[in-house]
This record gives sequence, C-alpha cells and structure tokens, in this order.
Amino acid sequence: MKEEIADDKSIFGFWVYLMTDLILFSVLFGAYAVLRGNTFGGPAPRDLFSLSSALTSTLVLLTSSFTCGLAAIAAQRGKRNGTIAWLTATFALGATFLTLELAEFSRFVATGASWQRSAFLSSFFTLVGTHGLHIAVGLLWIVVAVIQVRLRGLTPATTSKLTRFTLFWHFLDIVWIFIFTTVYLLGII
Amino acid sequence: MNERLTIKRYTIGFILSVLLTVTACLLIFIHDQSGHVIFTHPFLRVSVVVLALAQFIVQLIFFLHLGSERGPRFKLAAFASTIGIVLIVIIGSIWIMNHLNYNMMSSTQQMNAYIQSQDGL
Amino acid sequence: MAHFLFGNLTWGSLPHLWYTEGATASIALMGIAAAAALTYYKRWTWLWKEWLTSTDPKKIGVMYIVLASLMFFRGGLDAIMIWIQQAMSSGASHGYLDASHLQQIFTAHGDIMVFFATMGFLFGLINLIVPLQIGARDLAFPFLNSLGFWLYAAGAVFINLFFVVGGEFASAGWLSLPPLAELQYSPGTGVDYWIWSLQISGLGTLLGGLNFVVTILKMRVKGMTLMKMPLFTWTSLCSMVLVIASFPVLTATTLLLWLDRFFGMHFFTSGFGGNPMMYVNLIWMWGHPEVYILVIPSFGIFSEIVATFSGKRIYGYVSMVCAAISITLLSFLVWLHHFFTMGSGADVNAFFGIMTGIIAIPTGVQMFNWVMTMFRGRIRFTTPMHYFLGFVSLFTFGGMAGVLLSIPGADFELHNSLFLVAHFHTMIVSGGLFGIFAGIVYWFPKVTGFKLNERLGIRAFWLWLAGFFLSFTPLYILGFMGATRRLDHYAVTAGYQPYFIAAAIGICLIALGAITQLWQVVVSTKERKQNQDTTGDPWDGRTLEWSTHSPVPFYSFAVTPEVHSRDAFWETKIGRKELPPPGISLSRREAIPPSTKKYEDIEMSANTAMGIYLSAFVFLFGFAAVWHIIWLMLAGVIGAIACVIVRSFDEHTEYTLTAAEVEKIEMARKLP
Repeated sequence: MKEEIADDKSIFGFWVYLMTDLILFSVLFGAYAVLRGNTFGGPAPRDLFSLSSALTSTLVLLTSSFTCGLAAIAAQRGKRNGTIAWLTATFALGATFLTLELAEFSRFVATGASWQRSAFLSSFFTLVGTHGLHIAVGLLWIVVAVIQVRLRGLTPATTSKLTRFTLFWHFLDIVWIFIFTTVYLLGII
Repeated sequence: MNERLTIKRYTIGFILSVLLTVTACLLIFIHDQSGHVIFTHPFLRVSVVVLALAQFIVQLIFFLHLGSERGPRFKLAAFASTIGIVLIVIIGSIWIMNHLNYNMMSSTQQMNAYIQSQDGL
Repeated sequence: MAHFLFGNLTWGSLPHLWYTEGATASIALMGIAAAAALTYYKRWTWLWKEWLTSTDPKKIGVMYIVLASLMFFRGGLDAIMIWIQQAMSSGASHGYLDASHLQQIFTAHGDIMVFFATMGFLFGLINLIVPLQIGARDLAFPFLNSLGFWLYAAGAVFINLFFVVGGEFASAGWLSLPPLAELQYSPGTGVDYWIWSLQISGLGTLLGGLNFVVTILKMRVKGMTLMKMPLFTWTSLCSMVLVIASFPVLTATTLLLWLDRFFGMHFFTSGFGGNPMMYVNLIWMWGHPEVYILVIPSFGIFSEIVATFSGKRIYGYVSMVCAAISITLLSFLVWLHHFFTMGSGADVNAFFGIMTGIIAIPTGVQMFNWVMTMFRGRIRFTTPMHYFLGFVSLFTFGGMAGVLLSIPGADFELHNSLFLVAHFHTMIVSGGLFGIFAGIVYWFPKVTGFKLNERLGIRAFWLWLAGFFLSFTPLYILGFMGATRRLDHYAVTAGYQPYFIAAAIGICLIALGAITQLWQVVVSTKERKQNQDTTGDPWDGRTLEWSTHSPVPFYSFAVTPEVHSRDAFWETKIGRKELPPPGISLSRREAIPPSTKKYEDIEMSANTAMGIYLSAFVFLFGFAAVWHIIWLMLAGVIGAIACVIVRSFDEHTEYTLTAAEVEKIEMARKLP
C-alpha cells in the first residue's frame, strides 16, 4: 500500500516532467514553423528529405515503442527474462533509429547543408537533434534498467522505474509523429 | 489487470499506427508518381496532419493509457493544460511572427537579397 | 595544447578592473571569514550534516532564504550604483561609471533580483510553510528538493563568477536581446555567463516547481480537499503551475541563443535567415508568466495575514481561488504587451491589449475581498499588517499604471520609458517583496522559535514605503517627460536631474530600510529569550502550521492531523466542547490537544550529498561551455550522468523514525 502510494506519486511526478518536456519541444516546433521558410538561398526541405528514409526511421521507432510496451507487460507479469529480452529489442531498434538519423545528418553536412547554413537548417537540426538526444538518453536508461533488473530482479522499485521508462519512450514516439509529419512530410509535399 | 487484454491493446495500437503512417506516405507517393496532379497541395497537407492527429490519439489511448486513471484525474488535467499551452506557443508564435514579418518587411527576403548582392554569396 | 586544456581562458581573464578586483577581494574575504568562523566554532561537520546534505524542506527553506538575502543585497548594491550614476550624469558630467559598465550593472540587477532574490525567497517560504499547511511531513521528492536548491546555488555562484574569471557580464539588458546578445555584437563571455547562470538555476526552479505541484496535489492530509486548502497553498500551487508551464520556454529560448553563439546557428542572428523578433516573442512568452510567478504567492501570504490579524476568516474564499486560477490562466494570453511597439499591427495589438486589461479584474476582486475581511474585524496592526496596507496602496497605484500601459496607443509613448520602469518596480516591490517581508516576519517565530522585534520591523517598513515613494514617483513623472530607461547620460536642458536626485535620496531611504531589517534580525536574535514563542501559535493563527511546535521538530507533526474544514487549525480551537477555565479570557484561544495521541512510525528521508555533487558537475559544464573547454564540458556531462545513475542504485534513501522515538521527543518537550 505504501509502495503503491509512492509509485503513484513518482509516476505522476514523471508525467508532469514529460509535460514540461512537451512544452520545450513546442518551442522548438514553433521556431521551426516560423523559420522553415528562411533558407537564405540554401537547400530547402524538398531538396533534402527523402520519403523512404523518413518512413523507415518512423517504422523502426514505432516498432521500438511496441516492444517497449511488451517489456512493460512482461515486467507487470513478473517475467524477468521476458522483460530483459523486450528491453534489448527496444534498445536495438532505438539504436538503429539513431544510427539512421546520424547518417542522414552526416549526408546533409557533407553536401554543405549544415546547421550554420541558414535559419531553416538551424531549426531543423535543433528540433530533430533534440529528439535524438532524448532517444540517446533513453538508450542509456535501458542499459541501466537492464543492469538493475539483472541484479535485483523485478522489485516494486525497479518495476516503478520501468513504468516511467515506458512513459518516456512512448512520449518520444509521439513527439516523432509530429516531427515526421511537420518536418518531413509537409516538407516534401 | 487482464494481461491478454493489454497485449491486445498494444497490438491494436501498433497496427493502427503503422497503417496511419503508411497511409500518409502512400498519399504523398501516389501524388508524386502521378506527376502532382491527383491531389491538391492543400488537400495533401490537411490529410497528412489529420492522419498525424489520429495517430496521436491512438498512441495516447493504446500506449499511454490516457484517461484510465483512478481517483482525481490529475494526469488528464495536466495533459489537457499542456496541450493548451503548446497550442498557444505554436499558434501564437505563428500568428504574431507572420504579422511582424509582414509589417516589418520580412527581414529574410529583403535582407537576403541585400546581403547576397553585397557579399557575392 | 594550451587551447585544448584551457579553451579561451587567458591570463587576461583574471580581474584587472577596479570593480572586478574589488568584488573578487570581497568574495574572498567573506569566504575566508566564513571558513574561519566555522573552524573556530568547530562547526564543519554540523554544517554538512545538519544543513548542506539535508533533504528536510524546513532546512532547505532556510538555506534558500539565506542565499536569497545575500543575492538581494548584491542586487540592491547594483540599484544604488545605477541611481547615483543617473543622478550625477547630466550635462558636462558623465557620472562615475562608463556606459558599458552601467549596462552590465542594470543587466545584473534585473537578473539577480528576479531569479535569485525574489524566486529564492519564494522557494524558501513555500518549502518552509506549504508542507505544514497541508499536513505533509516532506515534499513529494525530497532528493529533488535538495538538488533544486543546489542548482539554484550553483546558478547564484555562476552569475557572480565573472568578477573572478572573465571580467565582464552581459550588457544586453536583463533578457539579453539579440541581435545585441549575439556573438557578432557581444563577442565576450558576458552573455554566455548570463545564459548558463539562468539555465542552471532555471533547471533547479523547474525541479522545485514540479516538486511543489505534485506535493500539493498528492500529499494533502486526509480530509483536506482542494477547496479546504489555505490560500497560501492555493497561490503557491498556481505559481508553481506557472513555473512548470513557462520555464521550459525559457530553457528552450536561451538554449537557442546559446546554439547561435556556440555552434554558429542562425535562430536570431541578423543574417542567414535568422529572426531576432522571434526571440523577443519567445522570451516574453516565458517572461510574462514569470512576473506572475513572483507576485501570486504574495497574494496568498496577504490572505493569511489579513485573516489572522483581523480575527476573521477570509472573505470570499471561493472567489479568491477563482481569482488566483484565472490570473494563472490569463497570464499566458498577454505576453505581447511587452512588445506592442515591435510592429505586429493593430489586430494583434488589440487582442493582447484587451486581454491585459482583463487580467486586472481578478486582482481587483482580491483587493475587495481583503478589505472586506478587515471590515468589522478586530485588527491588530502588526508589522505584517503594515506591509499589507503598504501593498494595497502601492499595488493599486502601480496596477493602474499597468492598465494605462495596456492600451497600445499609450504604450507607444511609454514603452521602455521610466514610466514603465516605475510601473514594474511598483508591482514587484509592493506585490512581491512586501509580501515576502510580511511572510518572513509572520512565519519567523514558527521557524526559529522567537518573534522579531516589532518596533524595528515597523520602522523598517516606513523606511521602505517612504523610500519607495521617493524613488519611484519621480520616475513616473520622468517617463511622462520622455526619459527612457537605461539612460547613461542626459542633457541639462531635459530637466531630469532634480527628479533623479530625489530618486537617489529615495534609494538611500530604502537602503536604510534594508539595513534596519538586518539590524532587526540581529537585535531579535540577541533578545530571543524575551520574545520566545512557547505555544507554537504566537499570532492566534488559523491554519495547520500553527499547530506544530516552534521551532518545528524535524518530523513536523508528531501525529498526522485530521482536517474537516477550511482554517483547519482554527476549527480545533472553536470546536472545543467546554469553556476555558476561569481566569483565561476568551480572546486568548488555545488549541486543545487531542485527547488520545497515537504515535506511529514515520518514514523520513535520509540526508544525501548527491545534490551537491550533481550541481557541481553541472556548474563545471556551464563554466566549460562559457570558455569553450570541450574536454571539461564532456567531463561535466559524464559526471552529472554518473551521479544520476549512482543515485538510482541507492536503496537507502529513507530511514524509519519509530513511534517510541517520537513519543520520547514529544514527552521531553513537556519537561521544564
């Protein structure tokens, strides 16, 4: 009972933090919306983005959100090995997503479309890059979580942390829906 | 909590999300292949945004379980308030900056042209 | 090699101007004096165990107030320097400060007063009092509380660091507007110091806000529904909701400015497609809620004070709550009134002008309710009541100036004039500071166990009030005469000087007032035995914090209270079934202790040094970012992450205080 109350508090507190993160992203989205036309003679969205690579990244991240959910269910059931397995799958998919993103960034920079080229590119790299930084933090979190579950099993403490991680990971996928749509899709149209 | 139901929920949410994502891409792909004649740009933009909002709600319900809180619905209230603020930030900024750019002779075009002519960029 | 190790640091970064050398020497002297005192009285361990590593909100609250007081005096010194310069700098004389130095001073004054003095005082008071008012023994996240304080402290050190290393602070105004704040026009380290002191302390503020919101929503004692909470708790909730809603905007916006400066991006540059107006838009989207964050808690403090010292419950509790909530919501819809003149046109200006006019209404409702509370009450004119009455007059006056400014047409004349400066200082000093001073005097006995000297308190108040009128009335007039803010020099023919001189005399009175407040604390501490609070309820209070002992024991409540109505403590006094014994007058009500005390085990949060270590790494990162020392930036990040991970493995973050131990401590208090 005491643990339930503590768990409820931690999850609500983490939820509130996610809300503040959402507001931070909204500023980055707002900046992108205002500045995306300012290409200063440099490359525009249509010159840079490819539908197939955006779709691939999106599906990879979406699948990782799904495997993350499965990890949460396994943790709830008390299945230690299942939890670690699904978390590992989530890590692999998340790392793939990040690699694809970094590859895309280096392609852009190689053609001269770096964050210094124009306001549009500055806002692109910042918005997508901040999301990527969150993903990187999430990947580190998975590593620490797996170690803790390995060492201590699925205690109320570790399960509560996993619940918070799944909230975090789902939230990142939700933010990506909007990045995918407003940056890539609307940029390509 | 019934576990099978939860796996089912996640699976439904996942499949719906994939469908919504692929549909959006398909629309653009078809439009491209047809030589930009099959849809109008405004229609495409609106559809893509509507599909995104639909996926947003799908993920909120099926992944984040929003609305399933017992007791006072603080999470839902916090979320609704945050959406309000997000809308104010984004729509407010676009509205204000559009007006500013228009009235202040949008620094970009004019200044771009000037700087390009001066610095030979 | 040297560049890799030290980044842009050079020997020239060390102090070589009169004020950087002077400040460094003062800081060093104060540090040495503190270290000497601690060593002489053998208090290092005590300091570390009892205070620095504590997660107790009562200790953290006191630390916030002590640090905020120090920063308040630094900000006040800046103000005095500005006034003297402006009083002198007319015609042939250019004062004693050169222009670039003055710019740094008014920039620092604004940032220090807003972020470090006022916010520090508020976080201190909320930490000390809100948990007690809701019957909670601690905040929701005690470690985050400690971390939040240490990040704030790191930010406070950071904003003073330029004195020692760097030599210049930002000189682009308290909000560092681009393009002036961009690298092209501010190539030194000043703006970078500005960015990182705000980011570091801002992170602490955000964590604190989150903590308070979760605490108030989730940790109220049984029976205390939202509509039974004391009004200080309500206004703290509203203010902290504003913190968590608006500080991410500040973090994001200053991050974008830093990206421009560090990575050569183009968000707000005056070329390459950047749009400096976007910065103004975003920063005020944070900036307006921020000023409400500063004053809303004071409204709650005044509600408590007026009710207590009128001997009546607050008039119109429900409308007070509605007013606080509507101010909170509306504060997100008015930000453009800070830049009516930037050129968004009539449509946009009209919308925001109307919204700004509307936001004055809930405040008016509150004023009315306070006055109606006093009506037919038995009023005691204590120091806090004096501050309240000063607030009523000043805030109304300044508020009307605000309503005038809300009309875009009028604002076109008065924007960035001294009229504006007078307006916002009136609001923050009477609304923010007077509330804080009143709250500190009001709750001082609860925290320390003895009351402050009343005579000196009232004297300090009158010095503040008279000083404020004398300093700022001339500024209202100067604004109408056309004087702009941040003036470094003006022609004799402008006719400003007499007003500036009057204002300078005013600031001297305020300074005397501040010194009197300090003196009051010293004198009261000396004579604390005479002013001891033996009952825990020195003012005949109404809310739960007065049901605890003074000073409050570390477990706050020996037995968790039960609540059935508003003014939860008052109900235990009135609801007594029997009359007081003969000889005790009815006007001295005392609470009946509950007849059966059932002590239970209490989970307490353990001390931790991790907040200090984490903040130290964040501080290192900020320092490295200012000086472009890449390896140190990485070390700071890795260190901070390591701290988080180590903390996450810590399983001993709590300890149990057994019921027997609580009973022992409680019984010991009864002994003479």
